[in-house]
Amino acid sequence: MAKVVPASSDEQLVEAVQSAGTRGVLARGLGRSYGDAAQNAGGVVLDLLGRDRVLAVDEATGVIEVEAGISLDRLMRDFVPQGWFVPVTPGTRAVTVGGAIGSDIHGKNHHRAGTWTQHVRSLDLLTGTGEIRTLTPDDELFWACAGGMGLTGVILRARVALTPIESAFCTVDTQRCANLDGLLEAMADDDDHEFSVAWVDCLAKGEALGRSVLTRGRFARRDELPEKKQADPLAFNPRTPFTAPRGIPTGLLNKYSVAAFNEAWFRKAPARRDEEIQSITTFFHPLDAVADWNRIYGSGGLLQYQVVVPEGAEDVIRSCIDAFSHAGVASFLAVLKRFGPANRGHLSFPMGGWTLALDVPASVAGLADLLDRLDEQVLAVGGRGYLAKDSRMTPELVRAMYPALPRWQELRDEVDPNHVFQSDLARRLKL
Amino acid sequence: MRDALGRLQRVVVVGGTSAIARAAMARWARERRGLEVTLLARPGARREEAAAELTALAAKVECVDLDAEADLEAQRARIEAAFDGGGDVDLVLVALGALGDQEQAWQDPAAALRLVDVNARAPIFVGVIAAERLRRQGHGALVLLSSVAGERVRRSNFAYGATKAAADDFYRGLAQALAPDGVHVMVVRPGFVRTPMTEGLDEAPLAQDPADVAEDIDAGLAAGASVIWSPATMRVVMAGLKSLPAPIFRRLPI
Ligand SMILES: Cc1cc2nc3c(=O)[nH]c(=O)nc-3n(C[C@H](O)[C@H](O)[C@H](O)COP(=O)(O)OP(=O)(O)OC[C@H]3O[C@@H](n4cnc5c(N)ncnc54)[C@H](O)[C@@H]3O)c2cc1C
Repeated sequence: MAKVVPASSDEQLVEAVQSAGTRGVLARGLGRSYGDAAQNAGGVVLDLLGRDRVLAVDEATGVIEVEAGISLDRLMRDFVPQGWFVPVTPGTRAVTVGGAIGSDIHGKNHHRAGTWTQHVRSLDLLTGTGEIRTLTPDDELFWACAGGMGLTGVILRARVALTPIESAFCTVDTQRCANLDGLLEAMADDDDHEFSVAWVDCLAKGEALGRSVLTRGRFARRDELPEKKQADPLAFNPRTPFTAPRGIPTGLLNKYSVAAFNEAWFRKAPARRDEEIQSITTFFHPLDAVADWNRIYGSGGLLQYQVVVPEGAEDVIRSCIDAFSHAGVASFLAVLKRFGPANRGHLSFPMGGWTLALDVPASVAGLADLLDRLDEQVLAVGGRGYLAKDSRMTPELVRAMYPALPRWQELRDEVDPNHVFQSDLARRLKL
Repeated sequence: MRDALGRLQRVVVVGGTSAIARAAMARWARERRGLEVTLLARPGARREEAAAELTALAAKVECVDLDAEADLEAQRARIEAAFDGGGDVDLVLVALGALGDQEQAWQDPAAALRLVDVNARAPIFVGVIAAERLRRQGHGALVLLSSVAGERVRRSNFAYGATKAAADDFYRGLAQALAPDGVHVMVVRPGFVRTPMTEGLDEAPLAQDPADVAEDIDAGLAAGASVIWSPATMRVVMAGLKSLPAPIFRRLPI
């Protein structure tokens, strides 16, 4: 259990850091990281959501200065109508700018645009000694903050370059792939597409192993929109998410219901359909329409598993999908995506190659051993797991997966010699 | 920190040579490679054996001396230090226990007090230290190996039962005191368990092996229970026994 303290002024945050007890403090945004990254048992959690102002906007370049507690949802609501989109969006709008840097998040455009932090021009960091420093990508410390999981300090403000758009719609190409080979082949020309991601049916076996639906797209030009949308091409006003009905029996999802769902999804997808106009929400954030969607996984909750392996190690991806399909792991949200090159972030997750992400009900028998085995395969080819979604790796594993960890620790020790910044994740992984 | 699959990372086991504790530790070590175990127990062959078994399961074991029958205050610094080294303690298992010679224990004051020391004084002493540590870190579980014998003392083993009851009650109170801090306290009441402690005794109905109790402990932890019986049916048996009128109860051959 942690004490949650709403953050207000810089001075109050400095004071909170300087008076931190032995269990330390930690910044928290919207708490959308899956595991224990945004938790600090016995210590203090600084809730940054109250710091959500837009401080400056350069209408010519799209560079904005914001407080780190602002959500991507707010940014989209404010700036899409003005013709600007966030440079990178994850699968939900419910994340903050601080969390986006803290986890150095990626989206469907990673292969071309890189991570969120790669669009940050500078940031203000409150360090463990109570100092406020402005960092730019020329500072190594800046990169220690990218994916630094809040452990280098509190990100107070950031200056971020938005991306110009002509409409609030995407033009999307959809393609059904019969198996993993088909998918990898289809993804070979990903670089021609701004956004690309594949949904994989992890329950399909044999010939159909890795059958998938590949969707790729880009923002539509105004003249590509249907006539009635052209009048107000930048309209963006998603309904507030509704809540999954309370009465959903827990554990509704099992191997059979998911298999049926996956089958239907796969069949529903067109063998091939080009240039369909989709809204931002439909294309980027389908899950936001179902608040509490994770509840359908039952009381055991769900666990995210996301790994990346370098180009050339496609066999490990195959072996992961094969293992899940054999174990009958009921997951209807497996996603495969090609990443572009890694950035300088010591603990930043993406690297050139393939990333596979899926949700699994934590109650699956034998899950722990299965994932441990897959981790070893991933490690053996130089791949790694995503800290923002981790809740089960070990200190040894993370050390091996992130060779720059010792250097990150040196930098962290310089700005936070007393380890004021702590989290459950940091304790579990001995970061 | 416990991970999302409920696997423990670091445990402190007090009375770590008990058969049930050993079964539980082996279970946890099998679940998670590199489990960190701090064993507080009397030095000697039994502790070596328990440690070796865990090391063979790839656990990292640290042994700390604890003598439940000796002056506890003199050992306090060492016990506290055992909790402080290393990372957060996910679980503390207090498995101290002595059965003794039941007939001697109500006729020889020293023998009676020996049971008080091992079954009540030391568990309560360590429980207070553990509680403070877990409270400070804001998470973790504290598990006491109690016994059904304490629920209603009976002629055949009341010296044991009464001392177990003292610790049992204390920990159930701790459960309430620590709940606001996110600490889970659980009292485990096994029935007859086939262990070196009960060797030579006639097996009672519903007798179990230590591994069965270990499994029940994990289930209780996962469910957030404050008291569990092992096997679960023992709860009904004890409820029945407790509600028997004294004159009948006294005549039972138990
Ligand atoms: C449905 C869903 C889909 C997702 N899809 C993706 C995806 O496609 N790609 C992807 O990369 N991720 C994805 N994620 C993960 C999510 O983007 C990250 O976990 C992100 O960090 C969450 O932001 P948050 O504001 O909720 O941060 P929190 O969960 O509150 O915090 C995350 C980390 O950032 C730190 N942090 C937060 N604010 C600050 C600050 N101001 N200063 C310093 N550190 C700070 C915290 O200490 C913590 O370590 C998804 C999550 C969900 C629930």
